Amino acid sequence: MVATLAAAAEAVTKTASWPTNHAWLIPVLPFAAFFVIMFFGKRLPRGGSQVGILTALVAFGLSIAVLVGDYVGGGGPVVEKSLHWFPYGRDLGLGLGMKIDGLTAVMFVVVTLVSLMVQIYSTAYMHGDRRYTWYYAALSLFTGSMLNLVIASNLLQLLIGWELVGICSYLLIGHWWEEKENSNAAIKAFITTKTGDVPFLIGIFVLFAAAKTFNITAITHLVEQGKISHLTLTAAAILLFGGAIGKSAQFPLHVWLPDAMAGPTPVSALIHAATMVTAGVFLVARIFPVFEASREALNVVALIGAFTMLMAALLAMVQDDVKRVLAYSTVSQLAYMMAALGVHAGNAAIFHLFTHAFFKALLFLGAGSLIHAVHSNNMSDMGGLKKHMPTTYATFVIGSLALAGIPPLAGFWSKDEILTEAYRAGTAGVAHGTPVVGFIVYGAGIVTAFLTAFYMSRAVHLTFEGEYRGKAHPHESPPPMTTPLVILAALSCVAGFAGIPGWQKGFGSWVAVGGETHVPSASVPLILISIGVAVGGILVGRRLYAPAPARDPLERLGFFYRVLQRKFYIDDFYMAAIVHPVRDGVSRAMYWVNQNVIDGLVNGAAGGAKATAKGLYVVDQKVIDGAVNGAGIGTRRGGGLLKYLQGGDVQRYAAYLFAGVLVFAFLFTRFG
Amino acid sequence: MLTLGALLFSIGIYGVLARRNAVLVLMSIELMLNAVNINLIAFGAWFQDKAAVGQIFALFVIAVAAAEVGIGLAIVLMIFRNRETINLDEVDLLKW
Repeated sequence: MVATLAAAAEAVTKTASWPTNHAWLIPVLPFAAFFVIMFFGKRLPRGGSQVGILTALVAFGLSIAVLVGDYVGGGGPVVEKSLHWFPYGRDLGLGLGMKIDGLTAVMFVVVTLVSLMVQIYSTAYMHGDRRYTWYYAALSLFTGSMLNLVIASNLLQLLIGWELVGICSYLLIGHWWEEKENSNAAIKAFITTKTGDVPFLIGIFVLFAAAKTFNITAITHLVEQGKISHLTLTAAAILLFGGAIGKSAQFPLHVWLPDAMAGPTPVSALIHAATMVTAGVFLVARIFPVFEASREALNVVALIGAFTMLMAALLAMVQDDVKRVLAYSTVSQLAYMMAALGVHAGNAAIFHLFTHAFFKALLFLGAGSLIHAVHSNNMSDMGGLKKHMPTTYATFVIGSLALAGIPPLAGFWSKDEILTEAYRAGTAGVAHGTPVVGFIVYGAGIVTAFLTAFYMSRAVHLTFEGEYRGKAHPHESPPPMTTPLVILAALSCVAGFAGIPGWQKGFGSWVAVGGETHVPSASVPLILISIGVAVGGILVGRRLYAPAPARDPLERLGFFYRVLQRKFYIDDFYMAAIVHPVRDGVSRAMYWVNQNVIDGLVNGAAGGAKATAKGLYVVDQKVIDGAVNGAGIGTRRGGGLLKYLQGGDVQRYAAYLFAGVLVFAFLFTRFG
Repeated sequence: MLTLGALLFSIGIYGVLARRNAVLVLMSIELMLNAVNINLIAFGAWFQDKAAVGQIFALFVIAVAAAEVGIGLAIVLMIFRNRETINLDEVDLLKW
């Protein structure tokens, strides 16, 4: 016992290395790149793309140095520094700070790596685009904002990053805004996430009102000491979770993410798969003690997660657009992370975030490669691409297997850890947990794992197997696109070993969400069950889709298929219940106001202006012109008289001068 | 002493206002400056000025006067070269 305590104390005092102490450089670099690309990008030989790639590379190098140097193996230091940015109120200030711990370090690596891969990939994918330079500027801005969100030491700074990534998401979804559909998708994404941001903002204020500080470390300390009432914490946690629901596309605000696929595919890989959408998960993990203190809040998180993962996996089964399959899959996997957080398995959630970033970015970039080749998003225009695009095929299959949870690929380890933790929460129970919630999460997780394997199997068979159904001439993508695919595929194979069960210094001890470093041991029956459902899902998909059916076999589900096609009518419901009443009502009201109030005001103003103008004309002619002319004439006459004073005779000037001196001398002696 | 200073100053004023010759006007200005110097010294003696402020100021005035005469004579020289005269009544270029 004493020995473990000593070891723990020793581990905590590990001093921070140079990169960790200077980790603020990591977000600053992409921000700098953004300004350079904005101002000089068009004049640079490659439209500024090399600036973005270079800074992403340096930032990635630093992130690796931070993670490997200080956090791999656990017991890394917590480095917190901040600058006083500007004060408001009496004793309140907005700090610009950094808080570096294992969680931050892992997020750094994920964000910078995916950003780097996507930027390299985009040099080919976006080649010759109308707004190529602007695209790279926005990518750099996004990377910087996301890193700022991750590094933030106080909630307001986190909020700034949070909103900036929202803006970047909006800008990049609507990158090809000339098409109405794309700009609609951008607006939908923006407004839907903002719906979640309102409770998020209120939640920050609730926490601030209770803790009198925005600093995350200080807040979590107060929470751990029990200084904040249970009710306040529950309210704050659920309000903050509202923001996470919006950003991480959880039910009921998940509707924006599939539409966000209107953006360029690399953007989907970066923003809508690997980084921005995980911000919600990151947020909950970052202030995990606040959630942990409230059983109700955690149950809400777990149940929302369990529901969303099932719903999104069902929707992913019936999509024809390959990107939409992946989008719903992302929603589903994010829900996995949320559910894991809900059953006190923060480390498992972040582990899944880590592995998911690699294989989902890989899948999106692979999908981009497909779209690049066949000029269509629809799987009904693909098929038989295996022989045309061997690299894309191989990497896409690796990504799919990783997502489906086939050992030893990355997704298996993280997904299995979540399922194990959920099962444990259900049976043994954890402190402050509700067992039934654990079971619900486990059940939903197992079903989702089956569905995930099924829809990925379907996607692979529809795109790569059978005969080619499209019209374009498919070809393998150029090296700038295939290289990131290969790198990400390699990472998808090995990333899972970071958190292999039983390794006490594994991933869980690096991030230590909520101070939890305990590493769960795996249970063999559970592993066999999850492998079983994954393989089962793949085989069912193979059986249904390998013969290359003319019509989707799922259509035989009849009514249920139609419900899925209509996305559970959620979009229709929002359209009918919210968008139409608000938009139409507002537009009708605005029309009335326009006709009666504004037109009245305008006409009145015009009439008034006319009358005033007439009056002013008279005044202008007589008074103002008179004054102007009078001033002119007066000056001229005055000048005519006064010019005789300027005789040019120096001696007369001197005489005036002496006369003046005499006058003043007289005045001073008399009256001074 | 003060009477001498006043006398010199009056002669200087007369010279500046009445003489036509620019060089003589300059000399008259010198007279006035020296009258001021005499006054400064005189007042210094009168108030038993321990810090010798009057004398120091007189030295300053002498230095300024030297500079002033240098510039003044240079101007007069240039006027003569350009207009072949140094009669101030004829130098009225700054007339309206």
